[in-house]
Amino acid sequence: MLRYSLKRLLGAIPTLLILMTLAFFMMRAAPGGPFDTEKSLPPEIQANLDRKYHLDEPLIQQYGRYLWDLLHGDFGPSFQYKDYSVNELIATGFPVSLRLGLSAIAIALVIGVGLGTLAALRQNSATDYSVMTLAMTGISIPNFVLAPILILIFAVYLGWLPAGGWNDGAFRNTILPVIGLALPQIAYISRLMRGSMIEVLRSNPIRTARAKGLPERVVILRHALKPALLPVVSFLGPATAAVITGSVVIEQIFGIPGLGRYFVQGALNRDYTLVMGVVVFYGVLIILFNFLVDLVYAMLDPKVRYS
Amino acid sequence: MSRTEPVPEQAGRLQEIKGRSLWQDAWARLLRNRAALTAMVLLLLISMLVVAAPWLSPYEFDEIDWELISSPPSLENGHIFGTDSIGRDLFVRTLHGGRMSLMVGVIATLVSLVIGITWGATAGYLGGRVDGIMMRIVDILYAMPFMFFVILLMVFFGRNIYLIFIAIGAINWLDMARIVRGQTLSLKNREFVEAAMACGVSTPRIILRHIVPNLLGIVVVYVTLTIPQVILVESFLSFLGLGVQEPDTSWGALVNEGAQDMESAPWALLFPAGFLATTLFCFNFIGDGLRDALDPKDR
Repeated sequence: MLRYSLKRLLGAIPTLLILMTLAFFMMRAAPGGPFDTEKSLPPEIQANLDRKYHLDEPLIQQYGRYLWDLLHGDFGPSFQYKDYSVNELIATGFPVSLRLGLSAIAIALVIGVGLGTLAALRQNSATDYSVMTLAMTGISIPNFVLAPILILIFAVYLGWLPAGGWNDGAFRNTILPVIGLALPQIAYISRLMRGSMIEVLRSNPIRTARAKGLPERVVILRHALKPALLPVVSFLGPATAAVITGSVVIEQIFGIPGLGRYFVQGALNRDYTLVMGVVVFYGVLIILFNFLVDLVYAMLDPKVRYS
Repeated sequence: MSRTEPVPEQAGRLQEIKGRSLWQDAWARLLRNRAALTAMVLLLLISMLVVAAPWLSPYEFDEIDWELISSPPSLENGHIFGTDSIGRDLFVRTLHGGRMSLMVGVIATLVSLVIGITWGATAGYLGGRVDGIMMRIVDILYAMPFMFFVILLMVFFGRNIYLIFIAIGAINWLDMARIVRGQTLSLKNREFVEAAMACGVSTPRIILRHIVPNLLGIVVVYVTLTIPQVILVESFLSFLGLGVQEPDTSWGALVNEGAQDMESAPWALLFPAGFLATTLFCFNFIGDGLRDALDPKDR
């Protein structure tokens, strides 16, 4: 297990390197410098700025410096929020996004696994069909369509919940965004869960468990659930990536001061360092999370023995 | 065949057991799947509407009517979906946006298809070290947050429709490559390929008659499932204001505009959103149906 972990972590290094390299050269290849303004700056000031941000050095040296800084966890100064470093912006935005994302994934897991199991147990019944139709609907309606419709119904027409804003993370303010983030994942997870549960229920261990005369509840909860959960566990990696991308839209729509919103604002205002910082940060996060998911998978699946 | 012709009785029997090809079989089963059939009809309808858009309404997609700003849907003035916040006809704009969305979906999928099949088939066919290296590259790329890179591309190089095609196509080929490689690998060693070899069938003919048709099934399924993903990515970009440029539009851009004043003019959100969701729904159902129809185990 330890050897496998080390191998995986080493394997992540080329991915990270490519990520940072792509990020750096894309930033440099972009037309227009970070300090382009309406009026052109006097050459002395331009030179000073270039020196301050090391833009006067040869490209390869800048690249080395950028990598070095990143390795030390330094994303550099934000070009747009002049008084803040990208680190500080990430530190303020990320906890908000994290809370939304974790709540959404937790809810998606519980409801998705529940619905999928229910549909599998009553295969080809009305329950099954309605759950699967619902899931297909959830997959087909993108979250940037779903979120405004949720606002329209629950905030505008019914007036039950606030239409947006964060309000320091008040519970009422988090309900709609979390639902908007979780619904598509609920759809995917319940489809996956149904498929794998149907397969597991037909397997020999389950037949044995039933033959022993175990009550159905015990058969499902103690014997079928764990193996059936495996595909769902490996889906958690892509799901996290999807929730992170989704939160970009959701935070924009609900006006939530999370990292996704910084990202979009930064992108629209050409705040290169901020945008780049968020991409690298999220990239590292996704890579780490995939690694964790694989470890959990290994613990759950007795057939997988990493060496 | 010509030798059996003089004996009518035998010819009749031959007719009876005339084999159906994989595709005829799959097609018949697809038509029996009611959800997939409905989805195909709906999708055909939407495509026809989208293509015929210019002849269906007296208005142009970028024609502004300052007299009718955000007017609700009405049959009397011919704006059957209403107008948007600067008085453009939403029916025409929705269909015009659909053109863009569907076009991006199909073209970007083709881009990813070409890259994916070439990459996957080469890796699978050559095997060995080449295969190892090629697939390792796919693994590395797989772990990248590509959505963010597409956004970066759009930010840095401006909104450009060709860039959208290439960027989206370039991020979607990874799955295709993996699927095609796996399939090629397993097909290479199957009995029917061996049998064909034993009969002295030439290699190109084996590939054309035995490997490609078996790849096609999974490719077709994958294509129908990739198109909605691509449409979604484009809509996502347009929603963030990074996709197509005004006065051109796409479903994502229309949803974005509609969401901004949905309280006063919900129709501007609901019509494009409805079209977008229905299209995605149809593609997903057809993909699912095709997967079932082409599954040889399920006969």
